[in-house]
Amino acid sequence: MSKSGRTMTRRMHGVLFKFPGMITCNEFEDFILVYLEDELPPAKKRLFELHLKVCKSCRLYLAAYRRTLAATKALQKDYDALEETVPQDLIEAILATKDDKPPR
Amino acid sequence: MDGKSPDKDQRRDLHGTSFVAPDGEFEDIVRGNIAWMLAVARRILRDPSMAEDAVQLAFAKIHRKLEGFEGKSRLSTWMHRIVVNEALMMLRKQKRENVHPIDPLLPEFDANGCRVDDPFTVSETSEDQLQSRQVREIMKEKIDELPEPYRIVLVLRDIEEMPTSDVAEALEMSEANVKVRLHRARAALKKLLEPMMRGGAL
Ligand SMILES: [Zn+2]
Repeated sequence: MSKSGRTMTRRMHGVLFKFPGMITCNEFEDFILVYLEDELPPAKKRLFELHLKVCKSCRLYLAAYRRTLAATKALQKDYDALEETVPQDLIEAILATKDDKPPR
Repeated sequence: MDGKSPDKDQRRDLHGTSFVAPDGEFEDIVRGNIAWMLAVARRILRDPSMAEDAVQLAFAKIHRKLEGFEGKSRLSTWMHRIVVNEALMMLRKQKRENVHPIDPLLPEFDANGCRVDDPFTVSETSEDQLQSRQVREIMKEKIDELPEPYRIVLVLRDIEEMPTSDVAEALEMSEANVKVRLHRARAALKKLLEPMMRGGAL
């Protein structure tokens, strides 16, 4: 969509989101974290999902937000690559100190 | 999401660092768990040699307290908490970097509360693609670009999967504040990743 087309959509949305039962993109933004944890109260969840239906910007935004989250969580498995690179001297240092008196 | 800790243990089990009985040999515990513990410390501290120090301190503590370990939580969960705490203690002593403001990375809204950003469509990505070495390297690089107070919350919540309450306690802030920071950290990271997502690389 062209820049002027987007500006037009935004103006229309500006009016639409003031209707009862509607929330703005800004309010939508504040709900995202709680929505993804599935902890939004039912009434707010309805508002959130209605906004999602009518607002393409927020739909695309949420998709990118979810992708970011998925890519972040993928780092949890990152340590398997470390498995072979644990310095042997670190292991030895840890095992050597275990017989010492506690340092604190 | 706070009820997710069993997944975390399962994740470690999958990678051969499974539960070790408290009466097991200390050496087995060290060898069986050091890789993931080092990874945790590196994510928090970023500096590999500091991470090694944190892991060494953590194992010293684990060794001292192992006898008193009552098995109320899984051993891996208990060890995770210890290494996180050691790393956080070292982090506090580190010189503060990345104190730039987060605002330029946050989404913009007009006077009516409408989103101003130029929208884009994310392409289909497989789990394998997200796991690729290249994507992981980009992710680590971009996470490191986040302002420190936001980076640390993202690491502890989204990668380490610590419950909000534990993160709040460890960082000495309110749970509400943890949630606000986490959301901003994700939004900022999304902004930093945008060129890659637009190009279909993520
Ligand atoms: Zn919207």
